[in-house]
Amino acid sequence: MSSTAKSFQETLAARHRKGWWFEWLCLGSTLFGIAVLVVLLSGIVWQAFGWLDWQFLSSYDSRFPEKAGILAALWGSVWLILLTALISIPIGVGAALYLEEYAKANWLTRIIQVNLSNLAGVPSIVYGILGLTAFVRMFGLIRVPPAIVVISLGFTTVEIPLPGLPFDRTVMSGALTLSLLILPVVIVASQEALRAIPSSLRDASYALGATEWQTIRHQVLPAALPGILTGVILALSRAIGETAPLVMIGALTYLAFTPGGIEGPGDILADPQSLVRAPFDSFTALPLQIFNWVSRPEPAYQHVAAAGILVLLVLLLTMNATAIFIRHRFRSRTRW
Amino acid sequence: MLTTFSELVEQKQPETATNRETSAKPPATKIETKDLSFFYGANQALFDVTMAIPEKSVTAFIGPSGCGKSTFLRTINRMNDIIDGAHLTGQVLIAKEDIYAANVDVVELRKRVGMVFQKSTPFPKSIFDNIAYGPKIAGMRKKSMLAEIVERSLKRAALWDEVKDRLQDSALALSGGQQQRLCIARALATDPEILLMDEPASALDPVSTARIEDLVFELKQEYTIVIVTHNMQQAARISDRSAFFLQGRLIEVGPTKQIFTNPNEKQTEDYITGRFG
Ligand SMILES: Nc1ncnc2c1ncn2[C@@H]1O[C@H](COP(=O)(O)OP(=O)(O)OP(=O)(O)O)[C@@H](O)[C@H]1O
Ligand SMILES: [Mg+2]
Repeated sequence: MSSTAKSFQETLAARHRKGWWFEWLCLGSTLFGIAVLVVLLSGIVWQAFGWLDWQFLSSYDSRFPEKAGILAALWGSVWLILLTALISIPIGVGAALYLEEYAKANWLTRIIQVNLSNLAGVPSIVYGILGLTAFVRMFGLIRVPPAIVVISLGFTTVEIPLPGLPFDRTVMSGALTLSLLILPVVIVASQEALRAIPSSLRDASYALGATEWQTIRHQVLPAALPGILTGVILALSRAIGETAPLVMIGALTYLAFTPGGIEGPGDILADPQSLVRAPFDSFTALPLQIFNWVSRPEPAYQHVAAAGILVLLVLLLTMNATAIFIRHRFRSRTRW
Repeated sequence: MLTTFSELVEQKQPETATNRETSAKPPATKIETKDLSFFYGANQALFDVTMAIPEKSVTAFIGPSGCGKSTFLRTINRMNDIIDGAHLTGQVLIAKEDIYAANVDVVELRKRVGMVFQKSTPFPKSIFDNIAYGPKIAGMRKKSMLAEIVERSLKRAALWDEVKDRLQDSALALSGGQQQRLCIARALATDPEILLMDEPASALDPVSTARIEDLVFELKQEYTIVIVTHNMQQAARISDRSAFFLQGRLIEVGPTKQIFTNPNEKQTEDYITGRFG
């Protein structure tokens, strides 16, 4: 046996050994993460056991732990997420489309791009301060009292309540603030989804005489949609857990009503105008309510908090599952 | 590489087609370029190309990789407009009109000048929707009319019999050769005057290639066709005229027969006989 072949044989075993060790190291890391998660989850489930019931889901907060419920916070969070989605999706996707499809690569777009990445890393409390000044107080400059516009339709009159300015501590202020917070993430995720569309698809569309808008509308957006939606939902599930900015803009923590007084679909049918009022009501949100319970002295509130955490987790997991579902559903249909 | 030209031609070309150019009166010029230079940023890809392409004929572009064939082809339907930092000097005329003039609408131009790419690019939609896309975006809404166009285009592209029972299936489920014919059908659906084909058969097996060549032969009755190919036999078989490019310059253009049997330029002869490229 030549010397090179010999040393090859010697190192071969060592190389295999290294591979084996590395595999186990990686497995260990994975197991560590899972173990922590399991401990956390089972701890919470254990604490919440017996507390997470219909009474908890259908009542407002209370001075008595047994009577405390999550209704106001749950509806507050739902409204917050809905409005945040309504605000951030059009703006975020629009900005991403402009940057990817229309804008020429020049120094201005480069600066915007760098700033987007930086903004995605800004601590959420900073957005809270921004939201407080810009939306809750409107820099102390704007002051418009609320008004009611009455439209007479002959057989009936429709009253549309217009909110006053500034928005004050309303769901709208919270949603605008959270929208600012997640916009950079939404934009960057949408940009990545758009960039993943092969340029040959655009070329083929242009070559058939499609305008820029038609190419975007019929080819680019449908193809990028799963990627965009995944990014948006993940960003929203970050927003739903945010506490600091909501504390900053002064969301309330002890509320005995839901935004617009809507406690279920029946209320909307009975009074459709509540849908217009809800965004301009005061609100509380799940993480705030949980934080509030945790900091109360009575030990029983720890169980109430655990039940609240479970509700928040279920909401989060549902959203993430939706993201995964969308991704898989569309991916199996498209390939390049 | 080259057997004799007559051998190649005998495989396919019917007499009438080959002889038309020499015997009949020369057809009108459809596409014309004057001193066309093209730049990718600072990088010049075409140098003063002046060429005339007659209507209802097949013109083949040949030349080694990177010599500017695709670039030249894409100036004819202004697909190069999309590329950041690219610009051109000189003129491109279609039916005597400068297509780079300020009043020309690219969208309208591209409807008149269809293009088939080297890599087939079916949209991730049904076969029907792929073909109907061009007419639809041009504003056609009538279902019956669209169905008619789809059928006619697929028939012309010799794909109808293979797909007529599954028009609603995804176009991505077709074979490579079928996909390429689908792209040809899609380009025909907008009823263009000119068809640009960039190596349409380069990724296909001989059978699919033969079908596409037959198709080109059919289509030139109605369309002006410009085709880029790396396959000398193919150029000899299907084209009426050939243009040889080298490093961004047009070395020679003329009747295919003459280019292949008796080229004026030494470089053309060297390339065709396989001495380089
Ligand atoms: N989008 C682009 N940006 C910058 N340079 C380009 C671009 N496309 C082509 N070029 C350059 O222009 C020159 C001509 O390219 P072109 O694609 O026209 O060659 P080609 O003759 O079609 O080659 P092939 O036979 O390999 O397709 C090449 O040097 C190429 O590097
Ligand atoms: Mg090319």
